[in-house]
Amino acid sequence: MFFPISHSYINPLYLVVVGFLIGILGGFFGVGGSFIAGPALRLLGIDWNYAVGTDLAHIVGKSIVAARHHRTLGNVDLKLGLIMAIGTIGGAEGGAQAIQALKRAGNVNTVVSWVAIVVYFSISIFMLWESQKTLRSHKGRSQNAAEPKADHSAFGPVTKRIQRIRIWPMVSLPTSGIQEISLWIILVVAVVGGFFSGFLGGGAGYIRMPSMVYVLGIPTHLAVGTDLFEIVISASYGTFTHAIKGNVDILIALVMHTGAVIGAQIGVVATQYFAGPKIRLAFVPLPLIGVAIVLYTLLTGHKL
Amino acid sequence: MKKSDAKSLRAFAIELAIYAVLVTAYFFLVLHLLGDWLYRLETQHRVLYAVVALLLIAGQAVVLDAITTLLFRILRRRWR
Repeated sequence: MFFPISHSYINPLYLVVVGFLIGILGGFFGVGGSFIAGPALRLLGIDWNYAVGTDLAHIVGKSIVAARHHRTLGNVDLKLGLIMAIGTIGGAEGGAQAIQALKRAGNVNTVVSWVAIVVYFSISIFMLWESQKTLRSHKGRSQNAAEPKADHSAFGPVTKRIQRIRIWPMVSLPTSGIQEISLWIILVVAVVGGFFSGFLGGGAGYIRMPSMVYVLGIPTHLAVGTDLFEIVISASYGTFTHAIKGNVDILIALVMHTGAVIGAQIGVVATQYFAGPKIRLAFVPLPLIGVAIVLYTLLTGHKL
Repeated sequence: MKKSDAKSLRAFAIELAIYAVLVTAYFFLVLHLLGDWLYRLETQHRVLYAVVALLLIAGQAVVLDAITTLLFRILRRRWR
């Protein structure tokens, strides 16, 4: 099938399958799945700027569905999501501007590829270390099965120290069980996530979801749902700004999204059967798949 | 596998099959009709294209979610 906006020939079935897989990941982990979608589009020979913008558009649709389902399960902290959306939008614009600068310099594909490799790899290694340490230290307790969705983190002491930083204004997040936290810490997490959203595509849930758990101390299930809610707002802005810059092929996004709808439903239901550290441990291989695909296209220059 | 799980799985498989037919029809009808118009919009009116792109993806999300939810509900009721 010919997609005139990006001037590319792509098998729509490939897009639907990619969308389906990303939908499952999104519903289950609360991430946009751009660490798979970006490289998957790149593998088809689509330039990074189109991969980033188109992926953002597809994520808007998918996140609307997943966030709605998470809201019905009580996994969304609306107050936190709205605060984070403000910071994310600012960061996303910075990321989109960086992409434009690289486009003008003519090295967008190389730079974004290497940044993607470093970021995805670092996240995987950190989450592997943390979730394994947490599961080992709470083995006895979680096996009692009294708390199927129990949430602990080996990074907990650092999180508590971060929560004690008192830089006015302080906000309380009763839904997430946080009595007080500095607004600036939430905004910093949001701006960093937003920058990577604009720069590497997607909702940057691969950065924001772990940041919400480890830095802000949000329970994993709430971090997943809130992240998705926040992605709806920030990815909409990202799509808009990238579309104006000529980086969005909405036809590709629409086709990918048809698969994502079904996948997202499966993912959301699956979160109910796993504890927080197990969800985080299962997350570990995903960014590594993105690393492998980016490395493959970067080193071989091969396009499907 | 529990009896209820097997029923859910069967309902889901049927939902997937119906959904696949609907999506295929959607590709050939809607995307072919919209393709040229969106391409012209993207080259000539970027801001309008950005707005339309957002509306399309949000609209598709709501409609497809409603369809899949409805299908799943009907099929589960049928096999209960």
